[in-house]
Amino acid sequence: MVEDDREVAGFVLKGLQEAGHVAQHAATGPDGLHLAQTETFDAIILDRMLPGMDGLRVLEALRAAHDATPVLFLSAMAQVDDRVRGLKAGGDDYLTKPFSFSELLARVEALDRRARAIGPGTRLVVADLEMDLLSRTVRRAGQRIELQPREFRLLEYLMRHAGQVVTRTMLLEGVWDYHFDPQTNVIDVHVSRLRQKVDKPFAGALIHTVRSAGYMLRAEP
Amino acid sequence: MRLLRSAGVRLAASYAGLFSASALALVLMLWWATVGLLNGQVDAAIRADAQGLAERWQDGGAAALLATIEDRLAQNVDDDAVYLVLDPEGHRVAGNLLDWPSQVTRVGPVYELEVMRRGVRSLARVHRFDLPAGYALLVGRDVAHRAALRELLTQTLGWALLLIGVLSLMGAVLVQRMFHRMLSRISVTADAISAGDLSRRVRLSGRSDEFDRLAETINDMLDRISRLMDGVRQVSNAIAHDLRTPITRARARLEDAGAHAGSLGELQGAVGRAVADLDGITAVFQALLRIAEIEAGAQRSAFTAVDTGPLLADLADLYRAVAEEAGQHLRLQAEGSLRVHGDRELIQQAIANLLDNAIKFSPAGGTILLCAAMTPAGVRILIRDEGPGVPAADLPRAADRFFRGEAARQTAGFGLGLTLVRAVAQLHGGTLGLQDAVPGLCAELLLPAMEAELPPRPRPVSLDAAGLAPAPLGEHIRDVLR
Repeated sequence: MVEDDREVAGFVLKGLQEAGHVAQHAATGPDGLHLAQTETFDAIILDRMLPGMDGLRVLEALRAAHDATPVLFLSAMAQVDDRVRGLKAGGDDYLTKPFSFSELLARVEALDRRARAIGPGTRLVVADLEMDLLSRTVRRAGQRIELQPREFRLLEYLMRHAGQVVTRTMLLEGVWDYHFDPQTNVIDVHVSRLRQKVDKPFAGALIHTVRSAGYMLRAEP
Repeated sequence: MRLLRSAGVRLAASYAGLFSASALALVLMLWWATVGLLNGQVDAAIRADAQGLAERWQDGGAAALLATIEDRLAQNVDDDAVYLVLDPEGHRVAGNLLDWPSQVTRVGPVYELEVMRRGVRSLARVHRFDLPAGYALLVGRDVAHRAALRELLTQTLGWALLLIGVLSLMGAVLVQRMFHRMLSRISVTADAISAGDLSRRVRLSGRSDEFDRLAETINDMLDRISRLMDGVRQVSNAIAHDLRTPITRARARLEDAGAHAGSLGELQGAVGRAVADLDGITAVFQALLRIAEIEAGAQRSAFTAVDTGPLLADLADLYRAVAEEAGQHLRLQAEGSLRVHGDRELIQQAIANLLDNAIKFSPAGGTILLCAAMTPAGVRILIRDEGPGVPAADLPRAADRFFRGEAARQTAGFGLGLTLVRAVAQLHGGTLGLQDAVPGLCAELLLPAMEAELPPRPRPVSLDAAGLAPAPLGEHIRDVLR
């Protein structure tokens, strides 16, 4: 975590440790770059406006050195152009301040998973739920479930992030490719419809609501 | 020198110079042409005369020539012929001149000189011709009248030139004055604005000339600047007033919890609600900044060709579920090419805001209509709900920042949704129109079509087209309705 505000950094570090991660902190751009280059991390949380060196420069230096560690920008620079610039420079995700920790945690964990993904499989399996990406079919307990294209992509996203919290914003961006906040609970409605098909007819729920964070698909209750 | 630095004086001087120069050229040409024509006529007559006389000589010798000359002089009605024949000894044998003019020595050129003719001084153009046997012939024409005419012409043209000079000077002064007056309208306004009066505009002359167009452009620019200034002012007002309420609420909650919370659960609940309040404030900030960003027009760099057809279908897909959850129906009607030049994300957000509103205000069982069509003015996107609508008196203000109608008091929201839609419409050079649909509100988003829009592909002729069946729906829309 490269962040010059000690309070924010402390809050994030504590949260990450509570979630079972090991995290280190650097307060300036050069320190952050040095830390990132001397040790191996699963993900880097990078501020944009840092003393000594802009976060964008830090990322460019990392990428120039062929370091592909996933990077999440955490910045108060909230304009659309800033986000686009951050992603273009090689950032993997962009979260603006103020942020909720659950959103940050979910996104960092998703990054970590993305980094570890071993090629595109053709089958996703969570408990008794199976998804065939080639024939675009879904079965649970051997029984076929008919899904509409968008429901299929929603379920695919949840299965790819099985065991992790996915926030509503992540779903909106990942499934619908929308980058704005709808005022109404659009995502909740779609998840609830998916539950009707995937969970309701079967024993045991797979899609769980995580309070004040989002959703999680997991095998155990 | 200082005078020359004035653009008005330079313009006037060039006007006067150009005008005088062209007038001078015209006058000179007229003078040369007239005088040349007159002289040419005389010379041709002289040559024809001499030719005739030479022929007479060949036919009948000196006697015939002399007889002819006497004859011609007698019959010369205009009394302008000049003849003189000298014998080889230099004695005058015929003609109406007393002496051979001393200057006339050579055969080729035309001489224009004063002669004494019957006791009167006059001006003549003469030619010398040599006849065989040493005779010399002088043929000419009295040109005194023509010379007078030429004199008159020269004088007239001279006066004309003078007049032109005076006129061009007057014109120059006029041009300079006009120039000065037109610019002063602009500079007076600019001075007033620099002095702080942003409401001043350049006065139009009403002639819709170039200066009026320039003035209009400047006025448009000033309007835009003052709109932006208003925006900034509204945002600061909003921060000062409208955000006070949620901040007060969050503060009160935290203070109350700090003083009175009896259990950890109560404390956590209060903190959670305060965090939600803060999130709301953040959302307002985001929306305000985004609207300001859009209104500043800085985002046009992200413009590409956007087909609003599939875009609407996707959004309808997203919101249909929400509408159905609330017991409402969402109907989409869109077909054909609906391409605009714009920012995809912003158009999505604008339509999402309108759909959000429509669903929020429609009663259960209501129908929300989302339709789009290509019109000559651009792509017209209509969103009609069956909610309480907005009273006609409130319609003009409905899209202002933080405006919340009577009906909206009970619902969540900050009154920024329509503001963003209008900003997006304006960024695209389009408009947001709001009408009372009785019942409900009808929002019309008009986005200018792609400039290089191809003409629509011809539709296959079918019974549908003959009006026997509802018009066919586009492929993507059929998917959505299924």
